[in-house]
Amino acid sequence: MAGRIVKIVLLGLVVAIAVWAAFPLVANEAWIGLALVVVTTAVLLWLYLTPRHIPAKYLAPGTLLLIIFQIFPVIYTASTAFTNYGDGHRGSKDEAVVAIQSASVTQVPGSTQYALSVATTGDPATGPLFFLITDPATKQVSVGDADGLTKLDDATVSSSGKVTAAKGYTVLNAGQASLRSKEITALAVPVDGGAIRSSGLSRAYEGKAGRAYDQTCDCIKDTTTGKTWTADEKAGAFIAADGDRLTQGWKVGVGFSNFTRVITDRSISGPFLATLIWNFAFALGSTGGTFVLGMLVAVSLHSKRVRGRNLYRLILVLPYAMPAFAMLLVWRDMFNTDFGLINNLLGVHVDWLGETTSARIAVLLVQLWLGYPYMFLVTTGALQAIPAELSEASRIDGAGAWQSFRRIVLPLLMVALTPLLISSFAFNFNNFNAIYLTTDGGPFPADNPMNGATDLLITYTYRLAFGGSGAQYGYAAAISIFIFLIVGTVSAIAFRRTRQQEEVYA
Amino acid sequence: MRIRAAGVVAVLTIPLLAAGCGSKDDSATTDSPSAKAATGELVIWADDKRAAALKPFADKFGTENGVTVKIQAISKDQQTTFVTASQQGSGPDVMVGAHDWIGNLVQNGAIDPVQLSTEQKSGIAENALKAVTFNGQTYGVPYATENLALIRNTELAPEAPKTIEDLVSTGTALKKDKKASEILALQVGQNGDAYHLYPLYASAGGYLFGTSANGDYNAKDLGVGNAASVAAFKKIATLGEKGSGALKRSITSDNSIATFTGKKSAFLISGPWAITDVKKAGIKYDITGVPGFAGGKEATPFLGVQTFYVASKGKNKALAQEFVTNYVTTPDLAVALYNAEPRPPALTAAFDQVKGSDPDLAKWQDAGKNAIPLPAIPEMAAIWDPFGKAEAAIIGGADPAKTIEAAGKTISGSIK
Repeated sequence: MAGRIVKIVLLGLVVAIAVWAAFPLVANEAWIGLALVVVTTAVLLWLYLTPRHIPAKYLAPGTLLLIIFQIFPVIYTASTAFTNYGDGHRGSKDEAVVAIQSASVTQVPGSTQYALSVATTGDPATGPLFFLITDPATKQVSVGDADGLTKLDDATVSSSGKVTAAKGYTVLNAGQASLRSKEITALAVPVDGGAIRSSGLSRAYEGKAGRAYDQTCDCIKDTTTGKTWTADEKAGAFIAADGDRLTQGWKVGVGFSNFTRVITDRSISGPFLATLIWNFAFALGSTGGTFVLGMLVAVSLHSKRVRGRNLYRLILVLPYAMPAFAMLLVWRDMFNTDFGLINNLLGVHVDWLGETTSARIAVLLVQLWLGYPYMFLVTTGALQAIPAELSEASRIDGAGAWQSFRRIVLPLLMVALTPLLISSFAFNFNNFNAIYLTTDGGPFPADNPMNGATDLLITYTYRLAFGGSGAQYGYAAAISIFIFLIVGTVSAIAFRRTRQQEEVYA
Repeated sequence: MRIRAAGVVAVLTIPLLAAGCGSKDDSATTDSPSAKAATGELVIWADDKRAAALKPFADKFGTENGVTVKIQAISKDQQTTFVTASQQGSGPDVMVGAHDWIGNLVQNGAIDPVQLSTEQKSGIAENALKAVTFNGQTYGVPYATENLALIRNTELAPEAPKTIEDLVSTGTALKKDKKASEILALQVGQNGDAYHLYPLYASAGGYLFGTSANGDYNAKDLGVGNAASVAAFKKIATLGEKGSGALKRSITSDNSIATFTGKKSAFLISGPWAITDVKKAGIKYDITGVPGFAGGKEATPFLGVQTFYVASKGKNKALAQEFVTNYVTTPDLAVALYNAEPRPPALTAAFDQVKGSDPDLAKWQDAGKNAIPLPAIPEMAAIWDPFGKAEAAIIGGADPAKTIEAAGKTISGSIK
């Protein structure tokens, strides 16, 4: 019975979430999304209300989460890689046209700035809107809407020039007007040479759009010079005959060009191999170093003869308990040539982060300090799971301490820890913070500011995609797919080998 | 069977109840504005410090106009957060930020121009207004300016140096007498700092972008990597680690101010943000313009202008325009923001109001009188990183010509 109640509540929640998600989808007219929600909910309900399909009942929640948190981001990244999405190409073409037109509205030179009141003839919330404007020189009040401007005599004007009351009109206060913001911004009262538009809620100016979109030629025309910029659907921008392009572009599909750029760009392919080798060295060094140190500490503290083991363990875990983010910055400052703790303590003058070898040693040392407590923790756990009888038995058989560790303990440890080492490797392979916050990829060779000695692929490509002319998400996505392929291949090979190893020891 | 039917009924009713509650809420916020009259909402984004300073004024604006004003502090990556949120339709109505964002914000259609009256324009410092003008349009209302200057410990160095050579000789003498350990605190770091180096670079004859006839920056005329920049960096190299040692990579953004406040150096090149720390350390100081090379050009710092922007995709643009053009242009707000962080107000009226109580202001303004607005064109993004790295390499002793030419190639490659 309790199970049934839980089931009802959970399914109720599922439906509630679906209904909650449906409202914004309907509001944004995202029908595909809505269909997905409906189908998913229906499938879930059907699955859990029928007595059949028992295995599917267990698999469904995990599969759903996998799709949402793993597969969807991967598909999204992959689809972004085929577009020019980035700064200057974020929105749709319509948005670009709106941005170009509204950015081109300038005040007509020498025109008057009017005091403005927003009024309506009907209900303040829904009635048609009018601009009541006062000429500051003549105090003449006029009323305007989309049809044009007419003079209005029966109006009360405050000292600031704003109309406070007018016969036949209800003047909106700021609160009421602010609720109709969109209509007010959109309202332009046509007059000779331009249109009167609002500048906020209390001033109006005579403005003229310098550029207008022309549907017939799919181009932007400059209203004074007549210059045209034609839409280029391949580049996602309006481009003039002389090559001049308007900065406000839109997102378009660009096919494989981001991928071919990664492969053909000399600034990537040139230093790629060296970076890749160092990237492997860094990931292996970080993982291996922390594992060896962590394991040694764990093994020595595993011995029952050590007194105060728990205190030691507590202290050793401290680096793990501190936020890595802050620690990385602290370490960076400790490596400072003139003011850093390390040089001052040792009485040396090493340009730690300024030379290739020392900078690489420095980042590995930082990684070692940050990472060994984790390895210490997991090794301690794994050691405690190995029955002491095994070691005792080997000792009775005449094995020395080293032999028993090498032949009995280590193999059993590796079975438990290899998957962790592989995931640690994959994490360190893309350990962006470790580099970005300490050396930022440096030191850089004098003739190449794009690729530094400690750059990992991820920091290097981050600089390529975001360091130049703003953010280029499409390009960044293409690069990250390449990195994904590299890490995926390495991990797949490593896991396959682990399985063989497990079979040997099992 | 009966139980299952009951279960189905329950399953169906729970979401209906939930949906019922949900839709009630929805209708209150969207469907009937008259039901909750006069509660138009204005959302303002600013960094932590300014958000706190803005709060009382936002509340005042809210009560005066019968609207709700929400201030949200964005601690990090304000520009990117703003652009991304705007695109998704969850951005603010008003954004507060630096003027050199304009180029990028415009190309992403994130901000609208503002139309200021002639009087309002005349109330704003001329160079600040110039800084927020982009493609002939005014893209925001400036409220504070900032520029680099030389901050000097008057106990260690009573005389303001006229040239950078004077500064180096004074600094070297202090170092020899063990009164200081560094000649100058100018942040460089392992990867350089183009903003802080720029006055010296300009004095030595270099430039970043040329200007076209109307005074706008011309992205096609890149000054990094040409002969003038090589000559400039040859001069800068003489101040580097292999030269007099006035510029060092070990002085970073984190320790430059501390080096000065710890009396390790008599000179600091920094901006108004450094003054709070300097005062706290109880150092007697003076502020003068950044000295240039003897016989060189003037050491013009960059002018940065803090600006209020109207978001294009805001939900309440009319109210945002009202706030930015007709409220931010009043001196009270600028004074409050000055009190939150002492940067010279861009509004002349506000500047006059606070300059009596703060003698530093006139000095900052004087040091920045020839400051040139930080280029707001999107292409500027391509400069910072390669230029800074070239700077760091040359200060560390690399060949100036080879290094800066490589940086120029990288920059022109990413501008295209």
